[in-house]
Amino acid sequence: MDTVTNVSARGEIAIELRGITKAFGSVIANNNIDLIIRRGEILALLGENGSGKTTLMNMLSGIYHPDSGRIYVNGNEVFIRSPQDATRLGIGMIHQHFKLVDVLTAADNIILGAGKGFLLRRNRFEEARKVAERYGMYIDPEKKIYEMSVSEKQTVEILKVLYRGANILILDEPTAVLTPQETQRLFEILRRMRDDGCAIVIITHKLNEVLEISDRVTILRRGESVATVKTSETNAAKLTEYMVGRPVTLKIERPDTKPTERLLNVYHLTVEDEDGVTRLDDVSFSLRGGEILGVAGVAGSGQKELCETIAGLHPIKKGAILYKKENIEGKTPREIIKLGISMSFIPEDRLGMGLAASLDIADNMMLKSYRDPKSPFTPRKAAEEMAKEVIKKLDIVTSGINQPVRMLSGGNVQKVLLGREIHVNPSVLITAYPVRGLDIGSSYVIYDALNEQKKRGVGVLYIGEDLDVMLELCDRIMVLCHGKVTGILNARTATKEQIGLLMAGATTNERYGEEVVPNE
Amino acid sequence: MNTIVNFLFAAIKAGTPLLFGTTGEIITEKAGNLNLGVEGLMYMGAFVGFLVGFYTESLLLSLLAAFGAGVLGSLIYAFLTVTLKANQNVTGLTLTIFGTGFANFFGEMLIAATKGGAPKLSAKFSAKLAEIQIPLLSDIPYLGRALFSHNILVYLAIIIAILSWAYIKFTRAGLYLRATGENPAAADASGLNVTLIKYVNILLGGGICGIGGAYISLLNGNGVWNNGCVNGQGWIAVALVIFASWSPAKAILGSLVFGAFTIFQVRAGDFAAEFPALSFLSSIPNAIYVMLPFLVTAVVLIITSITRKREGAQPASCGVNYYREER
Ligand SMILES: Nc1ncnc2c1ncn2[C@@H]1O[C@H](COP(=O)(O)OP(=O)(O)O)[C@@H](O)[C@H]1O
Ligand SMILES: [Mg+2]
Repeated sequence: MDTVTNVSARGEIAIELRGITKAFGSVIANNNIDLIIRRGEILALLGENGSGKTTLMNMLSGIYHPDSGRIYVNGNEVFIRSPQDATRLGIGMIHQHFKLVDVLTAADNIILGAGKGFLLRRNRFEEARKVAERYGMYIDPEKKIYEMSVSEKQTVEILKVLYRGANILILDEPTAVLTPQETQRLFEILRRMRDDGCAIVIITHKLNEVLEISDRVTILRRGESVATVKTSETNAAKLTEYMVGRPVTLKIERPDTKPTERLLNVYHLTVEDEDGVTRLDDVSFSLRGGEILGVAGVAGSGQKELCETIAGLHPIKKGAILYKKENIEGKTPREIIKLGISMSFIPEDRLGMGLAASLDIADNMMLKSYRDPKSPFTPRKAAEEMAKEVIKKLDIVTSGINQPVRMLSGGNVQKVLLGREIHVNPSVLITAYPVRGLDIGSSYVIYDALNEQKKRGVGVLYIGEDLDVMLELCDRIMVLCHGKVTGILNARTATKEQIGLLMAGATTNERYGEEVVPNE
Repeated sequence: MNTIVNFLFAAIKAGTPLLFGTTGEIITEKAGNLNLGVEGLMYMGAFVGFLVGFYTESLLLSLLAAFGAGVLGSLIYAFLTVTLKANQNVTGLTLTIFGTGFANFFGEMLIAATKGGAPKLSAKFSAKLAEIQIPLLSDIPYLGRALFSHNILVYLAIIIAILSWAYIKFTRAGLYLRATGENPAAADASGLNVTLIKYVNILLGGGICGIGGAYISLLNGNGVWNNGCVNGQGWIAVALVIFASWSPAKAILGSLVFGAFTIFQVRAGDFAAEFPALSFLSSIPNAIYVMLPFLVTAVVLIITSITRKREGAQPASCGVNYYREER
């Protein structure tokens, strides 16, 4: 276990990959990749979703086996056939989706497969606590995993790997689930381990993190390694270009359109949740065709209830929602969809809502648009056509329309969801967190798709998290705080500070774009 | 009072084969494999145990043979589900059909080969399965008769259940077993040999089920072989696993309760005779008694799913085969 401290000199090559290729069916996840990992260094593996980062690292952790190519550890060629082999070579991986046994304690997870002795002894808890202390971390070794927060689980994962004496550490998107403070704490730990002489690989698609923590960056694109650069000699724009494959203006387009009629009118809407707590309080606004209306607010300010109420999934306490001139209260979700109102809500676990994970892309298309029971058989042909179009339009990386959705990488799952909503030609599109967890390239594909809808005259309600993005993309921004509208601003002139204040509860009388236009 | 003591005594006896089956199935399910072939495994154990006892007159060999038959039967199951990743439900059901047919086919041959057509264990052999009065303990009034004067296999079942409970809870191998059944991907990433752990425990569980079968054929038919002897007890054992919430220790109590249900139909008359207030018992149709164990299991299932305690639930990956490369 003390291998961490007596590893060989810094800068020495810990792992070298030569010509690694791996395919899943017809998807080539890794194509002839070369990679060098050094001791005493943090290497960032950067790439869009689906570019093959996880797959490549899983070949070092023994989960996958390369179809061809060679792996050298400390200069010797090795064949990593199982996670045990990886452990023996000092390689430890912290997976994006934690591999922990929920019903066991932290200590039992840490010693799993690594401890000795016939009986489980109580001192294993003490032992686990000591390992944590040695690396400046804290855990409660007797706590069950299912009672832990994400950040605690991650600590257990890291300790588990360190307990096995790993000195080559791979972390797959470790910050995706952490708050900024937790991220900083993790980075502290990683820096300390690097200074101890460990080799560290951090997989990410967040540019600012790459620039902050790494010493070198290797960029993957569509399964190929396109460049390796020193972090100190690069910048966000260059990295993005490598990642996406073309120069990307990190500026979001906002086409000027002429807003048309009011498609959705919400009057004094009040809704309560099951416990009788008011979630939306006297909310009034309208949404016109040809505009993107952003909805900002701290999480839990009523965004979810707003979406659900418009989609007919949540009862109205007071007030009304009119679609054109028609009251939608009392209509079933299906009738509302038929009116032309579409909703795509991306929950934190993307598969949680809206898609059936083991069905393929074509079947998932069918779930929404072909529900009219004219025939007992499902019109598979039409769905296949539709799936093909969506794949092409949104640039979805997949082995084909028959691939189950759960096999897709996260960003591509999101594209399928949005693509399906757009494809039914809605006149109102509600989209909540459509770029959650997405890399830049995929985010821009989604922004473009939304802008295209706007140009077609669709009214887009965009519920978002990132104020910078909303200020660039939206036409107007409505701010919610504790279920109340605290202001509706012109996104072309508003500032982040202004919105921040409204999010925190300040109010303004400004209701930009809501005034009655003559002869409407 | 005697009626109650006799009832308890008989309930424990009736619960013993269930306890073997349940303990075996718990170990199997803890490894993440739902084996619906318990009935078949018990049939195989019943026949092979009987055959060896019949010819060798050795109880030890008979039990070892029954254990071996269970191991072999579950080896088929393990090979199909763990190595070839076949559907667990289908494979288990097939194993039940296979085991039942196996016992019927060879049982019929044994009957044909025996003079008089009724293969019967020798008196010498059956004496080994006589009830043992445990010194001192069996002298306790009432309880002594009900609890401490059973045949040796009853105690064996309880010892195996307690050992299994300790194995799962307190040993390192038991920790690995639990991890494998809960989350094989995590176990694998931790460096455990998931395939080996599954094989070892499925075979161990299968062997224990086999002994349960032998109990039935050696004791329940007065030493005479009967082709249909197991008669659904394997299925009750599968239900009992849920009742025992995957704990072999709770299975001891559970098997007593279920054993009581299975003999209630026979004993209802006694109760009615002794306690006039209970005379309605003998007028309840037999089918109700047969249904009781399953009804209780359903109720337990509902209660456990309402309370939703993570520890007493089915292992999270039970029924799902593990492929390393699948996401
Ligand atoms: N187990 C698998 N089965 C089938 N396809 C897979 C599997 N793992 C990854 N893929 C495919 O390989 C590609 C690369 O995926 P991945 O390595 O997860 O990307 P990243 O981690 O960079 O987001 C994707 O197109 C994905 O759909
Ligand atoms: Mg990944």
